[in-house]
Order: sequence, then structure tokens, then C-alpha cells
Amino acid sequence: MKLKQLESLLGDLQQFSQPKIELEQYPTGPHITSRMLYTAENSFGDVSNKVVADFGCGCGTLGVAAALLSAEHVVGIDIDPESLEIAALNAEELELYLDFIQSNVMDLEWRGQIFDTVVMNPPFGTRQKGVDMDFLHVALKVASQAVYSLHKTSTRDHVKRVAMRDFNAASAEVLCELRYDVPKLYKFHKKKEVDIAVDLWRFVPASH
Amino acid sequence: MRLLTHNMLSSNIKGVTNGFPLRIEAEKVVEKTVEMNADFLKKMFEKIQWKAFIDASRAMGYTELPEEVDPTTLESDEFLSKFHHALLELHLEEGALVCPETGRRFPVNKGIPNMLLHEDEV
Repeated sequence: MKLKQLESLLGDLQQFSQPKIELEQYPTGPHITSRMLYTAENSFGDVSNKVVADFGCGCGTLGVAAALLSAEHVVGIDIDPESLEIAALNAEELELYLDFIQSNVMDLEWRGQIFDTVVMNPPFGTRQKGVDMDFLHVALKVASQAVYSLHKTSTRDHVKRVAMRDFNAASAEVLCELRYDVPKLYKFHKKKEVDIAVDLWRFVPASH
Repeated sequence: MRLLTHNMLSSNIKGVTNGFPLRIEAEKVVEKTVEMNADFLKKMFEKIQWKAFIDASRAMGYTELPEEVDPTTLESDEFLSKFHHALLELHLEEGALVCPETGRRFPVNKGIPNMLLHEDEV
């Protein structure tokens, strides 16, 4: 599938109708998602025929993108039932079969490095400090090949240090810097739209 | 939820030491056909816990899988298509997953298991 085609299919997905600020629910746009998954597949071969998890999947955009790029099995995990309902509809609309689980990502118990690849756009931790790194910690335990994740560019040094030193990652590499446009979703947003700089990371977990 | 996901997942309640496998209570199972990928199946066979997988498939009403398997079984197309069906085409739509140690039920509605823990279980 071509990048343009992927981006266009993702553009039709339904997003949060009433986003919840305490969960930092921001949709991952089709532009970012398509580039993230396309790179994972075409540069590294981490998607097609793989078992993929989408942590904090929200409305399922990343997981659906993985399935569109021929992931064999995709599991989306989110704590919010309303998001999962939308995610399930999004998958159904495209005739894709994804599994979804309602849970806190940090509370699930997996049988070892059972996923090939984890893709995620974790909460950036502006509401609940450090939660993005908590997600990353779990991801690096359950993935055998790679973890793709978005983190604020302003936290780049911290992310690298913690991933390598505390989470025992074999490598941590910024693939590119992207503009994440945050539309005015919440009342406290003063401006109509804000661009924040985010890094697309690829982490390789330590082999067990 | 497919049985592949089931085979990956343990009970996550605090203090539970033998949380795998979760017992399946099936009220409604649906079948959704997908294309078979033999290479993927052979790779997954290495990762699957077979006993848990057979028990799960039986709980879903599918009894075609052999009790004993060895690497030569994987060369049989007939076996692969059964394995494929149980692993990827059966979906637990309504029912529950039950913690083998505590008996705590995690409900499954519209195919989505609710694994949220109560405060005293975290």
C-alpha cells in the first residue's frame, strides 16, 4: 500500500467525540500515523506478518494502520471504554479484525516478549507525570523486535537516558521530528491550534 | 478476542502467582474468515502454550485440535488449517475470562475483555 493511500484511509477514521483531558486524549492524526507505520514497515520490516500491540490505542488509529499494512494480529489496549467502542467501529468499517482489551496498560500481565512490535502514542505526561515513560517501560518488556513511540522533543535527552539505562534498551533512536498539531479540543486551550514538536522514536528491546 | 490474545495474557491481580491461563466462559463465539499464512503459523507455534491453547479452543466449542503435537505435525496442511482456524478465526464475543487462582471474572462484551482492576487488586 502506498503512503498516500494509507494516509487517506486513516483520514476517514472516527475520532474522540468527547475527549477526556485526564487521559490526555488527543487524536493521532493521519499524517503522523501513516509516516510512523510506513517507516516501521518499509525501513525495518516490523509490521507485515507480525504480532503488533497498540498501547493506549484510543480510537485505534495506530493499530488500524498496522493492520492495513498487513500485520497478522493486532491488539489495542486502552482504559477508556468509549474510545474502544469507536476503535472497534473503525476496524469494522475497514473490515479489519483487531483485538481490543480494556485495561490500564501498566496493569496487564503478558507472557514474556510475546509481541513483535509495539506502536504507541502515549499520553505525554503533562497531566500525570512520567506516564509516557511508564508506557515505554512495559512496551520494552513485551516487544521482541521494536517499539515505536512519540515523545515531546523537549524530553529527548531524558527519554534516551531512561530507555538505555533504566529500561535496558539495546538502542534508542530518533527517526524524525514531527509537528503534532493539537486542535483546540479543550476549553483551557487559548489558541485555535498549537503545533508541538514530537520525536518519532524507534527502540530495540534487550533480548531475553 | 482471538485465542492468540488469550494465549498471551495472564491474570494481573496483585498477589496472584499462577495467573495463566485464564479460563474461558463462552456465551457467544463468532467465526470470521481470514487468509491463512503458513509461515506465521509455524512461527507462532513456537510461542504458543499448546495445552492452554487446546483447552481454550475446547471452551470455545472447537474440538478438532490434537492433544499431542510435534514439529512434523506442522508439515500437515490439514493440521495447519485447523490451527489457523482456532488461533485466528474464532472470536470470543460474549462471556468471561476467569482468573485460575482467585476465580475473579473479567467480563467480555462485544468481543472486548474488561481487565480493569479494582483498587484492592492493583
